[in-house]
Formats: sequence, C-alpha cells, structure tokens
Amino acid sequence: MDYLIKNAGLGDILEKVQDGERLSFADGIRLFESPDLLAIGYLANIVRERKNGNNTYFIYNQHINYSNICTNLCKFCAFGKDRDSDLAYEMSVEDVRGKVRERLSEPITEIHMVGGIHPDLPYSYYTDVLKVIKEERPDVHIQAFTCVEIAHLAEISGLGYAGVLEDLKNAGLGSIPGGGAEVFSSRIRQLTCEKKLSGSDWLEVAKTAHKLDLHTNATMLYGHIESLEERVEHLDMLRRAQDETGGFLAFIPLAFHPKNTELSSLSRTSGVDDLKMIAVARCFLDNFPHIKAYWVMIGQKVSQIGLSFGADDVDGTVKEEIITHMAGAETEQAMSREQLLRLIREAGRTPIERDTLYNVINSY
Amino acid sequence: MNYFDSIREKVLNSERPTEQELLALFRDGNLYDLGFLADIVRRKKHPEPVVTYVIDRNINYTDICISACKFCAFYKGPEDAEGSVISFEELKKKIDETQELGGTQILLQGGLHPDKQLEFYEDMLRFIKKTGIHIHGFSPPEICHFVKVSGFSVAEVLERLRQAGLDSMPGGGAEILSDRVRRMAAPNKCSADEWIDVMRQAHLQGMKTTATMMFGHIETLEERLEHLLRIRDLQEKTGGFTAFIPWPFQPANTAFSDIPKTTAHVYLKMLAWSRIVLDNVANIQASWVTQGPKVAQISLFFGANDFGSTMIEENVVAAAGVTFRLSESEIRSLVKGAGFMPQQRTMDYSFVTTG
Repeated sequence: MDYLIKNAGLGDILEKVQDGERLSFADGIRLFESPDLLAIGYLANIVRERKNGNNTYFIYNQHINYSNICTNLCKFCAFGKDRDSDLAYEMSVEDVRGKVRERLSEPITEIHMVGGIHPDLPYSYYTDVLKVIKEERPDVHIQAFTCVEIAHLAEISGLGYAGVLEDLKNAGLGSIPGGGAEVFSSRIRQLTCEKKLSGSDWLEVAKTAHKLDLHTNATMLYGHIESLEERVEHLDMLRRAQDETGGFLAFIPLAFHPKNTELSSLSRTSGVDDLKMIAVARCFLDNFPHIKAYWVMIGQKVSQIGLSFGADDVDGTVKEEIITHMAGAETEQAMSREQLLRLIREAGRTPIERDTLYNVINSY
Repeated sequence: MNYFDSIREKVLNSERPTEQELLALFRDGNLYDLGFLADIVRRKKHPEPVVTYVIDRNINYTDICISACKFCAFYKGPEDAEGSVISFEELKKKIDETQELGGTQILLQGGLHPDKQLEFYEDMLRFIKKTGIHIHGFSPPEICHFVKVSGFSVAEVLERLRQAGLDSMPGGGAEILSDRVRRMAAPNKCSADEWIDVMRQAHLQGMKTTATMMFGHIETLEERLEHLLRIRDLQEKTGGFTAFIPWPFQPANTAFSDIPKTTAHVYLKMLAWSRIVLDNVANIQASWVTQGPKVAQISLFFGANDFGSTMIEENVVAAAGVTFRLSESEIRSLVKGAGFMPQQRTMDYSFVTTG
C-alpha cells in the first residue's frame, strides 16, 4: 500500500512515520492540506497501532456540570450564561452530592466535573464539592476543573497555581480535564474569547499540575475561524509541553458546534474535517499516548471510523452531557456499555474498559 | 497477507478476484484494504473528481401493502384505517414543488395495494407525465404485484407502463437476493429470480434501472456476495443498471427491531466491497439518508461517486426513526469539502447544466 501513499505525495512523511521520526510544522500543514483522506488515515493508523495495538479504550463515567454561570462568555460557547440569564443555574454542594447519589448503583469509575468561570462562588465551594463526591463514592476518580477554572481559583484564593492544585488534590482531585485550551493562538483568543486565560498560561497550569503528579488531558476546539497554521501551532505547543513534563494522557479534538453561539453563522464540521483532525493529531503528537474520538462531539459513527484514523479511545458512557448539547449536538445523551462494546468490536478493535489513568479495568 | 496481494493485483489489472478471495477480503480486510481498492476502481471509472447528485422527491402513492415485510416500518396492512392512497391533487402539488426546486425527477413507489388495478397506475403515470417530469417508478415487487392483479405478463405490464409514461425503474425491493433470506424476512415478496427477471425485461425494453441491497439483518456474508454477483451477472448481459445503492437495515419500528443497527465501519466496508465486486456498474451511491451527512461524505473515499438524491421528501426510512435532511447547497458543500466537484445529474447520469 506504500506506493499509494507515495502517489499521494506523502512518501517522505510515510518514511518518517515508519521510522518513528518527528513530523515538522510543515509536515503538519501538508497533512491538513492533502485531499487524500485515506492516505492521511493510513499514516495515523500506523502510529495508532504502534502505540496502542488493537486496543480501544472506554470508561464508565458520570458528567457533572456544577454551574453554567460564567464571566468569560466566549463566542463559540452555548453553555456559559450571565448570572442574570433565565437559563443560568448553579448546583449547591448538596446538589452535587445528590447527583452522585442518584447513580451509586452503577459501576462508575470516574466523575468528570467542569463548569464556567463563576463570579462569586467562594474558593471553599470547589474543595467542598470534591469532598462530598469522595464521601459518597470514596473510590471514584475525580477529573475536574479545566486549567481555566484552576487559574480562576488561583486568582480568587491568591494561592498560585501550585497552591490551588495542592489543595484540590488533598480534597480529592485525581486529574484535570483538557478543556479550555480552545486554540492557543492569541489572534483566535482575542477574536473569540478575549477574557479567557491565555494559551501560554493554560499550558503553565497544565505543566504545574504535571509536576504535582496530576495528569491532565488536552483539547483543541477546531472548525471555527482558526487557520491550519494555528491548528498546527496549537499541536506544536502541546508537543513541546509534553516533552517537558510527560503529564498529558490524551489529546481530544473538539468539533465546534455553532448552534446557539455567537458564531452560529458558521457551518458544522464535516466528517472529513473530523477524521483529518484526528489523523493529523495522531501523526503529529508523537509523545501523546492517546487520541480520543469523543463520540458526543462527532457522533457515534464518525467516532467509530476514527478508530481507524488514529484514535484509540471513544471516551465513555457519559450521561447528561450539557455543554455540547446546548450547542445543538444531535448525538445521544448516553451510550450503554453494550453499545460501546459493539461499536468498538465492529470496528475490528479490542474493547478495553479503563480507569481515568488508563489502567485496565476489564478486557473484552 | 498473500491473498490480499493477489486480490490487489487482480483489481489493478481489471481482473475479477475469486469468490473465496472476495469473502476473505471482507472478512479479514480493514478499512484501508477495502477503501484503497474501492478508490482505485472508482477512479478508473471516474477519472474526473466529480460527485453527482439528483434533485428529486420520493412520492409514495400508497402505504397500504399486503407484503408485510419484517424489516419494514412504513407499510399499513389493508385492514388498518390509517392507510391511504394519494390523490391526484396532492400528486400535482408535490410535483409542482419539486419542479420549483429544480427537480428533474420523481421517485414513485408504493405498497402492494390489494385492490388497485393496472389502469389505476397507468392513469397516474399519464397524469404525472403532463408535468414533463422524469418518472423513476415502480420497483420489481410492484411490477410482480401488477402482473398478479392484471393477469398480464411481466413484459406486457412493463410495456403498458412505459406507454403510459414510465421512464426508468428504481432498484428497490431487492433486499437480499437470496431466497432463504426472502422466505424468512419477506415471504410475500417476489423471489430473487423474479426480481432479476423484471430487471432483465425492463433493460431489454430499453429502460434503465438502479439496483439496491438492504443488508445487516439476517443474511450471511455469502448471501451478500450472492446478491452482488446476481446483479453483476445480469449487468454483464444487459448493461441496464446505472447505479448500485447498498444501505443498511434500519431496525426501529419493524418486526426485526431487536436486531442491532449496522455500524458506520461495516457500512463503509460494505460500500467499498460493492464497488470492488460490481466492476461493471458505473456508479455507486452513498446513503446519506441512513448514514447522515458526515459518513456520506466519508463514503466518497470508499467507492461512492454519487451522493444520491436531495430527497425533498422521504417517508420509508423516516418511518424507521431515521430523519436526516440535506438541501442541495448542503450536498454541494459536503462534496466540495471532500475535494470533489459537485454536479447535478439526471437519472441516466447526464449532467444537468443550468444556464
């Protein structure tokens, strides 16, 4: 099949991928620009199978979005609301406890919790919600608070990134999700989310967490107004940070959903956009162990095909996903374990139920 | 994989792999084994990077049907008060709307109505023909039903319908062209031989038709191949098929609702496999109606060179709980986004030039 890759003008990149050599910035751009979807996918699949074999990971998790009240109000977001909005909500610490209790009978191993940049919830709220989750479910792994929220907590507490992270860790935080990265480019941040934490500060929070033994994920919100150069720059910044700390677990490309956002005139990403993003990320992020095809974002179908285009993880059972669904996602709210197993098996892969840190819970 | 090298050599040289090789390719091949080969076949047949589509509307003249197929969510039994037959007035309105949207044809299909005589269908065709629109209508099970109702032969029924205005025929009702499957899933429907014979006679009378396959229910892989080879054999003799459209069974609201839905990965493999096996059929259609816009776009790299129809109206798949919708401009932008040129066509795959 190699000659088909050469015919697609990607022979030199194929050699690099086969030799495990790092792709350059220009290589990343060429992959995005290539019209040959199969060739790009084939390259990504080489890296995927080298790193993860036939394994495809999923997790049994619960999502809790403690509040949508947010002072950032980014233009690409349909979730965040001003505190005066009719749609604004916040959960008390006891509400969060209730959410956890509702599902105690299920074999949930991870609680994924994020929210907005709330103007006046006290610092103690954040440690308290972690504590009540642990009280209800002592063994659960809590993956909570994006780097953007951590930076906000550092500001309201005056404790600095490391101080906040230590506190949260002591209260039960297990790891940090990859949200809020958006596109690191300052041009994009000025145009879409000028109040948000800068790209370099986002990376600083992530690296600080890694040094404290807290693993994190990384994301990129693609398919709005960013250029291909800005996408590759984002991947390149992540790759450098990972070289320094090695603390990132997975990269999760997030497809922009325009509905109910200030950028609602833009189109949704297409299937080709989604697969290319997964594949280029897999080729470029040679030091990331995992690439996730998050089914809530791109749908079960593209997520499944993504397993042949570089992804080795489909995320999880998820319930009550709110952030993407407020932006018009037509995907289901939840998938059962049986549905996930079938999706993975029909793609010719081996399903592995994992915990947050990719320890194997069950092989099927 | 030695057998895979042999298959690739054959496909590259436009030779036909053996049945054993084809079965092994589907069973053991990954998306790249199938996708790259399908893409080679597709680009040989269509060297220009064009993806075609047709603007049309599905008109279902009745949902009353005596066939009661287990995979169908659309039909109403004859005793069901909710069943209906379209009026000529409604028909006219639907066709006017289609033409206003630049539509060139209607896809006219319906259930096997117990009482309507052949004259009813002839009158309907003559009425529609006054609008000048291309009538792509009546799949083989309907023709076989008309034969029973009228006492005429297949050739005579086709001749009369053609005289009344029928231009071409859709390839529906093929399901799986294997009698074991048909006996279990659609015992009242025409047999595989009858389906093939209607198409043969239509082709002999100069009509073009398409062919379909509905897979992912109770059929085996061997039966899928049997289906493809029957289409390929007839095409070898008549050359009358313009396109092949494989689509996966949609279980909701059917008697087979406990069968899980075919996943996208398997759909793409099946599509690519069809492109490789049916080396004598010019066009392969993506099924956005069942797969949605994202997978339909990805299909263009797995053998599909046609986006099917805008389907201003569609009822049969919708009855099984699947309701994707796409406008012409959305189809065009999906095609462009995949790096191809979108091109409106007619049923016979002539390009429509707007000026």
